[in-house]
Amino acid sequence: MIHLHHIHKSFGRLEVLRGVDLAFDRPGITAVLGPNGSGKSTLLKSILGMVLPDQGEIHFNGKPIDNLGQYRKDISYLPQIARFPENLRVRELIRMIESFRSQPSQSAELIHQFGLESVLDSQLGHLSGGTRQKVNLVLTLMYDTPVIILDEPTAGLDPVAMVKLKELIIQAREDGKILLITTHIMSLVEELADRVVFLLEGRIYFDGKPDELKQRVDEPNLEKAIANLLSGGHLTPIQPLDASSKPIKKMNGNVVQPQLKY
Amino acid sequence: MLRIIRYSFADLIRSRWLYFYTGFYLVLTGALFLISADLSKVIVSLMNAILFIVPLVALLFGVMVQYNTREFTELLLAQPIPRRSIFLGQYLGIATALAISFLLGAGIPFILSGIFLSGEIWNFSILLLSGILLSYIFSALGYLLALINDNRIRGFGLAILVWLLLAVVYDGLFLLGLAWFSDYPLENVAIGVTVFNPIDLARILILLKLDVSALMGYTGAVFNKFLGTSLGMGLALTILVVWAVLPVSMIRYISLRKDF
Repeated sequence: MIHLHHIHKSFGRLEVLRGVDLAFDRPGITAVLGPNGSGKSTLLKSILGMVLPDQGEIHFNGKPIDNLGQYRKDISYLPQIARFPENLRVRELIRMIESFRSQPSQSAELIHQFGLESVLDSQLGHLSGGTRQKVNLVLTLMYDTPVIILDEPTAGLDPVAMVKLKELIIQAREDGKILLITTHIMSLVEELADRVVFLLEGRIYFDGKPDELKQRVDEPNLEKAIANLLSGGHLTPIQPLDASSKPIKKMNGNVVQPQLKY
Repeated sequence: MLRIIRYSFADLIRSRWLYFYTGFYLVLTGALFLISADLSKVIVSLMNAILFIVPLVALLFGVMVQYNTREFTELLLAQPIPRRSIFLGQYLGIATALAISFLLGAGIPFILSGIFLSGEIWNFSILLLSGILLSYIFSALGYLLALINDNRIRGFGLAILVWLLLAVVYDGLFLLGLAWFSDYPLENVAIGVTVFNPIDLARILILLKLDVSALMGYTGAVFNKFLGTSLGMGLALTILVVWAVLPVSMIRYISLRKDF
């Protein structure tokens, strides 16, 4: 379904992705993990064509992705930061996005599930962070698409909405969808993820089942397993560097400390 | 793309600033009519105001809208919409809203004054056409500057700099150059240099039509003398259209290559 071949991306002198090869073919939930600035969002955005890789190719359903973006009708994307036109009302925003995609939408159902009826006529600029995130979730999940990409979906959500979100994610998995999720909440990963991709400084250091990750560092707790992975001697990228990229900064010993947020 | 134009347009016509802008022209044009009943005098006075204000407001709106809709743009980029439609649609929405706002503000007082019954109708049409073209040109430049510069302060700063250069400083530098090299034949150079300033071109276009040689200035006179009225107007208009198209194609070029 989604194939990334050797993706490189730099912003100025900062190399964000350095030769990423990934494939998402089977239904299920993949958690894309990594410290802040490891390239998670850039990776997800490049699948959507929002970030254009310097090198490498991305194929969606066997075809290279293009600027026309018709392939995006098969993707639902939740951006990390929910910001909308301030003077638009919630109802108008939802209607507007619906008008751009002539696909059947389940917005009414989701509005009810997240309890957003009372704010439908409020301007988006007046909403609290958590409420905006709920609106963001409605906009993302209202379409029945084979691929769902969620960048930090839990940010600012209250426990009730969090439970609802988990239900929706599990439902999507049962419907046979491919889900890519980034999060810093390890309990969510333990609970939901079928596969973990660990990204550090733009390269993939682990790609496999959560249990395999724990076994590899001999640590039964995923959070600690990740911390071990970062600080211990387990850090070798699983993909060899190609000739075109510069050698990675050496990371043996305790150079990379988990001052990184988890 | 039409949908994006419509939304961008609808979003802007809700803005208080746009009503303020229309109201400003209504008041200005109305006031000019109170001072003088002579239509052609009103047209010339209005021209001087338009040449300063339209570019400034269009630049600032172009920059402001592009920055204010950044987040929204990201939302659109995740939808199955071609990139070029998003950016060109937004730009066309702003430019059209500004042009209509100008058209109403400057047009209504003239219609009330009975412009359709007078011989000044064509002069007035050229004035409106220039204002509309300047709206499109400068909102494109503003939008482009904001698209290139992620730093908002720099984007606004550059927009004001562009305005200062083209609306204020350009004339002075130009005159200085003419005085400096007054021993040489400068006509062709003058025409060449004018091409780089859409505000000057609009001025020449209007004054050639009005045939007010006293106000034409050096470049206008050169246009008139060497190209004649119709050829001069044709040339000025053509270059103005090029000025409107060029930044738009730059917007397209950059929008296809930018990361969000």
